[in-house]
Amino acid sequence: MSMTTTNDLIAETQGKRRFGASDLIGLGVILALAVVGYFLFPTNLALLTRIIAIALLVLSLDLVTGYCGVATLGHAALFGAGAYAAGIVSAHYGINDPFAMLAFGIAAGAVAGLICGAVILRAHGLPQLVLSIALIHLFHEFANKASSWTGGSDGLSGIAPSALFGLYEFDLWGRTAYVFGVVLLVLVFFVLRLIVRSPFGMLCRAIKEDPIRIRSMGASPKAALMKMYVISGAVAGVGGALNAISTQVVGLDSLSFTMSAESLVMLVLGGTGSLFGALTGTIVFMFFEDVVSAANPFHWLTMVGALLIAVVLFAPKGLYGTAAAFVARRREAK
Amino acid sequence: MQPIFEVRNLKRAFGGLAVTNDVSLSMAPGDRVALIGPNGAGKTTFVNLVTGNLAPDSGEVRLNGETVTSIDAIGRVRRGLVRSFQVTRLFLDMTPAEHVALAVLQRDGRSGRLFGNFLAMPDVMDEVGQLLGKLGLRDLMHRKVSEIAYGQQRLLEIAVALALKPKVLLLDEPAAGVPQSDTGRIEQALADLPADLAVLMIEHDMDLVFRFAKRVIVLAAGAIIFDGSPSDVTQDPRVREAYLGSYANASHAA
Repeated sequence: MSMTTTNDLIAETQGKRRFGASDLIGLGVILALAVVGYFLFPTNLALLTRIIAIALLVLSLDLVTGYCGVATLGHAALFGAGAYAAGIVSAHYGINDPFAMLAFGIAAGAVAGLICGAVILRAHGLPQLVLSIALIHLFHEFANKASSWTGGSDGLSGIAPSALFGLYEFDLWGRTAYVFGVVLLVLVFFVLRLIVRSPFGMLCRAIKEDPIRIRSMGASPKAALMKMYVISGAVAGVGGALNAISTQVVGLDSLSFTMSAESLVMLVLGGTGSLFGALTGTIVFMFFEDVVSAANPFHWLTMVGALLIAVVLFAPKGLYGTAAAFVARRREAK
Repeated sequence: MQPIFEVRNLKRAFGGLAVTNDVSLSMAPGDRVALIGPNGAGKTTFVNLVTGNLAPDSGEVRLNGETVTSIDAIGRVRRGLVRSFQVTRLFLDMTPAEHVALAVLQRDGRSGRLFGNFLAMPDVMDEVGQLLGKLGLRDLMHRKVSEIAYGQQRLLEIAVALALKPKVLLLDEPAAGVPQSDTGRIEQALADLPADLAVLMIEHDMDLVFRFAKRVIVLAAGAIIFDGSPSDVTQDPRVREAYLGSYANASHAA
């Protein structure tokens, strides 16, 4: 084939391959929501920062569950590892620079990803799920027992991040932490968009569909999934570190089964296999939880349950997934 | 010519039953061989042994002069032994372009790259366009595989296999399940396979076997009972008894 023809092929697909309109719209929406949130809830920026930290956990979960098809109920282990690492280096070793704390959080998340991946990927289906639950309990128990480092059930306190760039203190209102969180989320989102569209992202989608077929193409599904687990750990580590930096305390709940299960619920709520779905699910779930628990402290869990049942029954692809499918159908109809 | 692919005294039993019983064969580059046999003859087991999905009890598999018996399935693919599947195993949510690109990137050791999109890689797109063009799938390259016809999916299976640039290609019933109207396209694709590629085709459709193969191997009860030219296979009494039945009386002689 001549180069002209190849160039034609490349030109034909320009819309599909560019970091294009949909990505820019996505980034624009994230930034717009961030600005709206800042002005709508100036006294509740801590909640918004927490939403960002959890969104990073859900994005991380989406990488292994949504894109690779790994079933896990223990993903908070990666988030908690990042949170404790960032907290411990500050509280015990006096490393208070937020970027250094973040780096330790990322590294610890990646190592936790490596450990969890090495165990979880040995099984499939239900046994895989059981292994993930066992792991989150082990991580939780380890953090509980190593109380001289982690503060055990009292939580790790004494975390004192220094000013960002030596200029912006982490203030009581949580403004610095919020802006820091938004910037981290945008950066992570940008990098993940590149990764899921890369050859590696394509390989992972193929593994999700048929690992045996991938082996017959000469690729090792396990090696690819391990790599994705480490990337996922790094992303969860960012979320954990952000949580430690913004709240200046790390509790055992950040390594809990409940948080793992809730992150999976958020992912399913938004739609698996899509970064936008992960973000949508987190925002909707956490806002719903916050608003409903304030409005009706006695029955809020019932309402959360009802919302989930409604979504799973009537929008099985999740809120974002269903909306995206609807838009795609409308476009085709035209 | 030095054989590109050799199997020596391959044996495998399940329980007490020898499913592959002392099978030996050898192929040179460019060979077109059909492996036939009645149901239960051990064809699938043979393919699994050869591709490394099943370990033999004894015997040897050699690829390009190298013994690969202890090398796993992935390692054998990387050394040039590629198979297609009897029932299409494609990624339904992905496009033909993505399938071929993934195979090309995997072959070149680039499938682990974290950045860049194959759609913007001229060398990959060149190969994708060429391969899909040759098989008549170019216009469908960005459709989801779940949206294309079964016959086209079979062609895509061949495209994926070819994108891996194999030295030996095992085709497991390439025309299985394809409507009669589409088999011509598949046969054309088989006729257009690279001349230096050694092809071992497992097939039930005897018309296809006679048109494609220069050599036919017949497997029955796990053992090779015939290895020769297509024109002789229908005359062989053991084959007639074991497999061909009334077909041997038909007027097919390639």
